[in-house]
Amino acid sequence: MGKAEVVELGGSGLLERVSSGARPGRFSVDAVRRDFPILGTTVRGRPLIYLDNAATSQKPQAVIDAIVRFYAMGNANIHRGVYALSEQATVAYDEARRRVARFLGAESPAEIVFTRGTTESINLVAQSWGRAALRPGDEILVTAMEHHSNLIPWQLVAEQTGAVLRACPITQQGELDLEAWHRLLGDRTRLVAVTHLSNALGTLNPVRELAEAARARGAVVLVDGAQSAPHLPIDVQALGCDFFACSGHKLYGPTGVGVLYGRAELLQRMPPWQGGGGMIASVTLERSTWAEPPARFEAGTPPIAEAIGLATALDYVDEIGFEAITAWEDALLHLAVERVGAVPGVRLVGTAPRRAAVLSFVVDGIHPHDVGAVLDDQGIAVRAGHHCAQPVMRHFGIPATLRASFAFYNTLDEVEALARGLRRVQEVFA
Amino acid sequence: MTGLSELYQNVILEHNRSPRNYRLMADANREAQGHNPLCGDQVTVRLKVEDGRIQDAAFQGMGCAISRASASLMTAAVKGQTPQQATELFQQFHRLVTGHPEAADPETLGKLAVFSGVSAYPIRVKCASLPWHTMKAALDQTREAD
Repeated sequence: MGKAEVVELGGSGLLERVSSGARPGRFSVDAVRRDFPILGTTVRGRPLIYLDNAATSQKPQAVIDAIVRFYAMGNANIHRGVYALSEQATVAYDEARRRVARFLGAESPAEIVFTRGTTESINLVAQSWGRAALRPGDEILVTAMEHHSNLIPWQLVAEQTGAVLRACPITQQGELDLEAWHRLLGDRTRLVAVTHLSNALGTLNPVRELAEAARARGAVVLVDGAQSAPHLPIDVQALGCDFFACSGHKLYGPTGVGVLYGRAELLQRMPPWQGGGGMIASVTLERSTWAEPPARFEAGTPPIAEAIGLATALDYVDEIGFEAITAWEDALLHLAVERVGAVPGVRLVGTAPRRAAVLSFVVDGIHPHDVGAVLDDQGIAVRAGHHCAQPVMRHFGIPATLRASFAFYNTLDEVEALARGLRRVQEVFA
Repeated sequence: MTGLSELYQNVILEHNRSPRNYRLMADANREAQGHNPLCGDQVTVRLKVEDGRIQDAAFQGMGCAISRASASLMTAAVKGQTPQQATELFQQFHRLVTGHPEAADPETLGKLAVFSGVSAYPIRVKCASLPWHTMKAALDQTREAD
C-alpha cells in the first residue's frame, strides 16, 4: 500500500517528512541548490542566476512533490465529504493551518486565515475590520515605503468610510522617519499598517517598537510580512501585531495561497467580507449566520493543494533553519553591497543600516530596463521597475531601480557575476 | 550576444547617446504625452503641422535606450511627411517590432529597420512603440495645443 492510501491517525499522509540537502548546523549552499530543480537550468544558453526572489522564490522538489502527490493521490474537496479521500484532504488542510500557526508563532490555528496572498490578506482586513470599525475622521497610518498592496486597500477603505490616510515619510537613506512617525501617531489613529521589510529598499522596520507605540495609543497594528517571512524568524506574539500578512509563493511555496494572521479577539468581532460556501453557520433565504473564524473568512473552496504545498515549504525552511538562512543571506547582501557598490557609476538606493535580502540600485545614465536586458543576456534575472512602490521612487526622484534580491540558495559567485555583469552593461552603453 | 546585439544595434546605441530632436519646440501646434505605467517611461512629443505636413517634430522625456532611440529616429523620419504618411509609417513600424517584418516594407521603414531585434523581446515592444503612439495621439488632436 502506498503511503497516500492510508489515512494515518493524526495525519493525512499527504504531508510527508521533508528533508533538505542541508544538515542542521552545517549549511551548504551547494547541497540546498540541488533541492531546487530550476537552479540547474539555463537561460539564453547561460546557467540561470536567479536574483528576483523578492518577486517570487523558486520551489524545492519537496514542494513540487507534495502538490503532485495531492493531485495524483489525494485530491478531493474538504469538509462534509463523508468519504475517505475528502476526510484525508480535510485533515491535510487543517494540518497545513496548524503548520502555518506554528511557523508564525500564533497562539492558535484559528488565528490563521488562508487567502490568495498578502494582497488579499490586507484587503480582507481593510474591507472586514476597516469598514466595520472606521469612522469619519479616524486615521490610518502607513509609511511612504509601502508596497502598493499595503497602500491602496487603505485608500479604498478611507474613501468608503471617511477615514483619513496618513503616510509617514522616509529619510534619504530609506529609513522610516521615526520622529515623524511618533508625531503622526495620534489619538485618532485607529490602525497602523507597516511593512516589516521593504520590497523596494530592503529596509527593516523596527516593527516591534512601532507596534508597541501604536497599541499604547489603542491602534490596531497590521504588519505586511510578504518580504520578511522568507528571511527572518517570525513570532507574531513577540512582534505585538494584531494582523500579519504573508504570501506562500515568496516562501518557497506555490502561488495562489497566502496567510492572514489575526488576533483571535479581533477576528471574532469581524464580519465576513466575501459570502459563499464554507463560511456560514446556518442559512435561510432571508439571512444567515456566520461560521467562527477562520472559516468565516474562507468563502468557497480554498486553495487546498497550495496550502499543503505551503506547509511543506515551511517544513523545508525550518529544516534549514533561520539561523543558517539569515547568516548566509547577510553574507550575500554584504558582498553585494561591496561589489555592486564598487562598480563605477552605480548608486545604491536605500542604505539603511538595518536591511535584508534586497539591493536596489541605479546605474548612471543607463535606464534600468537596459541594464536588466544586458544582465538577462548573461543569465542573470533581476527586476527593473518601480517595484509597485511608486511613492518610494518619487521620494528618490527616479522612475525605476534595478533590484537584486537574494535567497539562501544564491551563491557568492552569483553575486560576483552580478558585479561583472554590471561592468559589461557599461561596456555596451559606453 | 546575438540576441542582445540585435536588440541594441549600433544605430540605436548612438541615437540613445545623442538623440536627435530632443528639445522643447516653442512653435509646436500639436503635443501629446505618453506614459508607460509599467516601467515609468514618459515621453512628450511635439509637432508643428502646417500646410498638411509635419514641418517639425521633437520630443522630451525619460526612458530606456530603446524608447529614446525610437523617439529620436521617429522624429527624424516623420519630418516632412503628411499625417497620413506618418500614420502609415507607424503601422509598418508596429508590424516590424511585433514580429511581422514580412508585412513591413523595408523601403518605407528605412533606418527604422534597426528595431527589428525588438520583436525577440516582447516586453520591449512597448518601449519602442510608446513614442509612436504618442506621436499619433498628437496628430489626432483636433484642437491645437496651447
